[in-house]
Amino acid sequence: MTPPRSVLIVGASAAGLSTAEALRRQGHQGRLTLLDAEPHLPYDRPPLSKQVLAGDWEPGRAQLRSQAQLDALDAEFVRGEAAVAFDAGAREVRTATGRVLRADAVVIATGLTPHRLPGQQGQAGMREPAGMQGPAGMREPAGMQGPAGMRGPGQQGLAGVHELRGLDDALTLRAHLTAARRLVVVGEGVLGGELAATARKLGLDVTLVGLGQAILADQLGGRVSGLLTRAHAERGVELRLGVAVEELTSAGGRVTGVRLATGEVLPADAVVVAIGSRPATGWLAGSGLSLGDGVECDARCRAAEGVYAVGDVASWQHEGLGRRLRLENRTNATEQAQVVAANILGADRPYTPIPYFWTDQYDIKIQAHGLPSATAEVSIVEGDPEQGRFAAVYREDGRVTGVLGWNMPKQARVLRQQHLATQPVATA
Amino acid sequence: MKITVDEDKCCGAGSCVLIAPEVFDQREDDGIVILLDAEPGAGQHAAVREAAAVCPGAAIEVSE
Ligand SMILES: Cc1cc2nc3c(=O)[nH]c(=O)nc-3n(C[C@H](O)[C@H](O)[C@H](O)COP(=O)(O)OP(=O)(O)OC[C@H]3O[C@@H](n4cnc5c(N)ncnc54)[C@H](O)[C@@H]3O)c2cc1C
Ligand code: SF4
Repeated sequence: MTPPRSVLIVGASAAGLSTAEALRRQGHQGRLTLLDAEPHLPYDRPPLSKQVLAGDWEPGRAQLRSQAQLDALDAEFVRGEAAVAFDAGAREVRTATGRVLRADAVVIATGLTPHRLPGQQGQAGMREPAGMQGPAGMREPAGMQGPAGMRGPGQQGLAGVHELRGLDDALTLRAHLTAARRLVVVGEGVLGGELAATARKLGLDVTLVGLGQAILADQLGGRVSGLLTRAHAERGVELRLGVAVEELTSAGGRVTGVRLATGEVLPADAVVVAIGSRPATGWLAGSGLSLGDGVECDARCRAAEGVYAVGDVASWQHEGLGRRLRLENRTNATEQAQVVAANILGADRPYTPIPYFWTDQYDIKIQAHGLPSATAEVSIVEGDPEQGRFAAVYREDGRVTGVLGWNMPKQARVLRQQHLATQPVATA
Repeated sequence: MKITVDEDKCCGAGSCVLIAPEVFDQREDDGIVILLDAEPGAGQHAAVREAAAVCPGAAIEVSE
C-alpha cells in the first residue's frame, strides 16, 4: 500500500486533531485538511461541565492547542462548515456550502449529538432573551473566534432549556445559571452528575432527575454509584431517581418546570437535558458505510477502503475483548487517533485499548479503568469509603474487569497495571 | 527537548506514566503529574511525544 498523498479529517476536535498531529509525527508529508462545523479553534470538552461552567477558567483555557502549534501542523483548517454528505467509494465529502472535498484517505471524527426530550425543540430559531446572556465578554472567548454565524443546535428551542456538548452551549448555560435560581438536571449519567455538582457550587437549588436508581449506576454498579448519589444528597441536591420525565412545562415560550411520570411538577427556571447522545452520523446516510451504533469499523478502525473513524463516533472490533466497542471518553479519542494515523500510513495495527474515563464531582475525583460494570463484584482494596478515599477492583466470574479510584488516581493507575495489563495500551 | 506540564489541566489519568515512567510520575495524594525529568535524553523522546499526544488533559507540552 502506498501512503496517501492527501488526508481529510471531518471533525477537528480531540480525536480529529490528535489524528492530524499523529499523522505529521509519524511522517505524513502530504496534504492535510481538517473540516469542522464549529467556528471555534479546537477546544477540549471535559472542562466545559467543570472549570468553564464554574467560571474557574477563562473559556480560552479550554483551547486544545495554541495558534502556533496549529500553524506548525501545516494543515488547512476549514471551520464553520458542516459536512452534509459523503461518498465512501469516491472518498468525497460535500459541505453545507456546496464545496466538495476529496482525499486519498478520509477520517470520520464527528463525535456525538445529544438526545433531546420531546418538546425541547420548541420553536426553531428561538434564542435566550437578551437579559439572560450575562456580561458581553462571556459570549466570545478571546482567541477562540472563527467565522461567525454558525450556532450549535443547543441554542435553539424552548427558552431556559439547555444541553451541553459544545463551548457555545457551556457559555449560554453559564450565563443563564448566574441569573437562575432553580435548576433541574435531567439525566443521571456522568454529565448529569457533573452538572449538578457545578451548579451547586454556583449556589443554585438543584434537582436531579433520572431513570436509573443511582447516579452512574450503569457504569459503576450499585456500591460506588450509591456512594456518589449519597454525596450529591449530602451536598444539597434533591434527587428524583428511578422516575421518568413526562414533559417540560412552559409559559410564553420559556420553560417553567419538569413534570414527572409520578405527576409531580418540579418548578425550574433552568433545565439541562443530559440524557445521553447518539453518534453524529446523519451526514453519512447513503455514503455506503455501515452505520450501526456509530460508524462500524474493523479491528484497524477502518470503515471502508481509505476511510477510517475515530473517537466517540467510531464503533470497532476490539480484538482483545472479542466484541464490538464504542467508547465516549476523552482518552479513547487520543489513543485511537495514534492507531488510526499509523494504519493510514500503512501499519496494520489492531486497536485494543484498556478503556478509561474520569469524572470530577465536587471534591470527588473518580478514575475508572477497564470496564467496571453494574453486574461485577466490587471489593475495596485500599482506603476507606467513609474517609472519602478508596480504590476498588471489579470482578466478573473471578476475572478482574475494572479498577476504580475515588480520590486515589495514582493508586487506581497502579492497580490497572497490576490487574489489567493483559491488553496492551495503544502506543505508536 | 524541553517538557512543561500544566498541573491545573492534569486530570490524573496517569497515561503519561504508563508510557514514559522514567519521565513522569504522579503525586500520591491527588494523582497530579510530577515531571521527573524536564529535559530527557534522546532515548526518551519518542515516548514523551507519545505521552504528550495521548494525555487526555492536554497538559503536557513539548518543545524542541
Ligand atoms: C461536557 C462534557 C464533559 C466531558 N467530560 C469528560 C470527562 O470528564 N472524562 C472523559 O473521559 N470524557 C469526558 N467527556 C467526553 C469527551 O469530551 C469526548 O469523549 C471527546 O470529546 C470525544 O472526542 P471526539 O473528537 O471524538 O468528538 P467531539 O469532541 O464531539 O468532536 C466532534 C467534532 O466534530 C464536529 N462535527 C460534528 N458533525 C460534523 C459535521 N457534519 N461536519 C463537520 N464537523 C462536524 C463537531 O463540531 C466537533 O468539533 C466529556 C464530554 C462533554 C461534552
Ligand atoms: S497523562 Fe496528562 S492528565 Fe494524565 S497524569 Fe499525565 S499529565 Fe496528567
